[in-house]
Amino acid sequence: MPRSADVVGESTGQTSLLIRRIVAYVVLVALVIISLLPFWLLIVNATRGKVQTGLEFWFGGSLGGNFKVLFSDNNQTRYGSILASFGNSFLISGLSCALSVYFSALTAYAIHVYDFKLKKVAYTFILLVMMVPSQASAIGFYRFMIKLGLTDSLIPLIVPAIAAPSTFFFMKQYMDSSLPLEIVEAARIDGCGEFRTFNSIVLPILKPAFAVQGIFTFVSSWNNYFMPRLILSTKRTIPLVLQSMKSDIQGNPQAAHAGAMNLYMVLAILPVIVVYLILSKYIIRGIALGAVKG
Amino acid sequence: MKKKSISYAKWGYIFLIPFFVVYCIFALVPLVQTFYYSFIEYYVDTGTVSIFNPDGNIVDNGFCGFANFKEAVTGKGHFFSCLGNTVILWLIGFIPQIFFSLLLAVWFTDIRLKLKAQGFFKTVIYLPNIVMASALGLLFYSLFINNGPLDSVLGGLTDKPSLMDTIWGARGIAGFINFMMWYGNTTILLMAAIMGIDTSLYESAQIDGATPTQTFWKITIPLIKPILAFVLITSMIGGLQMFDVPTFIAGDAGYPQGKMQTLVMVIQTGKDSSVGLVGAISVMIFIITAILGFLTLKVMNDDGSGKKKKKKPAKG
Repeated sequence: MPRSADVVGESTGQTSLLIRRIVAYVVLVALVIISLLPFWLLIVNATRGKVQTGLEFWFGGSLGGNFKVLFSDNNQTRYGSILASFGNSFLISGLSCALSVYFSALTAYAIHVYDFKLKKVAYTFILLVMMVPSQASAIGFYRFMIKLGLTDSLIPLIVPAIAAPSTFFFMKQYMDSSLPLEIVEAARIDGCGEFRTFNSIVLPILKPAFAVQGIFTFVSSWNNYFMPRLILSTKRTIPLVLQSMKSDIQGNPQAAHAGAMNLYMVLAILPVIVVYLILSKYIIRGIALGAVKG
Repeated sequence: MKKKSISYAKWGYIFLIPFFVVYCIFALVPLVQTFYYSFIEYYVDTGTVSIFNPDGNIVDNGFCGFANFKEAVTGKGHFFSCLGNTVILWLIGFIPQIFFSLLLAVWFTDIRLKLKAQGFFKTVIYLPNIVMASALGLLFYSLFINNGPLDSVLGGLTDKPSLMDTIWGARGIAGFINFMMWYGNTTILLMAAIMGIDTSLYESAQIDGATPTQTFWKITIPLIKPILAFVLITSMIGGLQMFDVPTFIAGDAGYPQGKMQTLVMVIQTGKDSSVGLVGAISVMIFIITAILGFLTLKVMNDDGSGKKKKKKPAKG
């Protein structure tokens, strides 16, 4: 905690500032270690062997072996195709991301640019449903998908991204600050159709908003465990494979291969971390704008 | 000008179609159905149920009043014990989260402190938030499992049960993961709020001889109260939905002794059996969330100069 300083003497003020600075750096470094140590251990454990007792802080020599085990036939029968789990996760997250940003922008554009009777009602409605957590309607969602014959299908995990109220809200705010209506007017005078105006003139202006929201949607979809578990039974996404691996080390620790499991986890979080590290500046700015709800 | 806006109005409706059609099918109908199930005696005979034959064993005895809610609260729904578990898990994560977030946000924005490498620190502390929660859960599970890497360090060769087999050990681990995932996010939100404060306030306080502790309690805290409330309530809403981490640490039944079972875990495990009961629990989650959401809006609107004023239309 910051120390209260004796404010009268200038030199005491300087010393207390120095102390506060040292305390701050010590706490920060400690938090950095806490935040990074789990990932370091994960990477190290991905290079260690089948049975892992005791902590190691430096790499083992089993990385290649773990790769072989992870993609072995034995593993594929146990967990389903490892590659397919990545494929499914990529397909779901990629399509959700594209649909979500495009249609949220379209919806926000409708509210931003046009004047119509139900505009206020529609806007209020979307803002209200932003609060509804998907878990609260999950049971109705699941039973309804059974009726539609959409269980064990990727559709219920992708298509709902079209109606994403919080992405809509971000797009609307972005348009309020950086999409002047004059641009739309000018396009109309030049004889550009409404749909084409949106696609070829408005979309390029929204690129920064697309980037931020696209990343958030991709990541939350990639990391989602609740929805795929609700809907899928034979198809698997990455978190569902992790779940099977967990029940394996829990139920049958002798048969489970800790090295291969840790390697799979590294591969599962790697794409997101790489993208994050490249774009962290924009992402952190995006959060500060209130883009992400807790 | 007026004529023009009328002739373009239909495009507003057309562009809204995709959102509303998809929302109705994938969110509104399910929500209405959830409310419907909560008043219906509706379950699936689990003896022979299979995902490929979901219609075969459904028992639907029609309207049953509040029986599902009664069962959720008193019977095998364990509503209150699961709610209690959820709140405890949330608190274990949230208390250190808000403490460190406030501390870091104040330090990062302190004009006299001038901390270096802020970009690096922010990037690192936010990093756990974008990592798959289930992977973090499994990582900690595999570290703490009996004879796993960390357990063998903590327990040595004794027969002591793993930390994860004790109620507070398991809760502590899950709470720690939640803390780790969210303190960076909260820090950045609070920083944005603090940077919105007029710096001349701090300068004049400094001239008047205020200590950092005094400026913190007398200037910073009162002025970021709306954002603090926003962080608190949205974190509560998020905490209510807690699922991934406790499931990976403690399994579907919330081992040990069901003390790790959260409300959403009941939804997931009961989806193919006690549909009516799960519906009732979902409705109660919905109501709690609605109350918290309403509070958020109220807090944001009470603040005259708040940035979030745009949300005002939501109140109608």
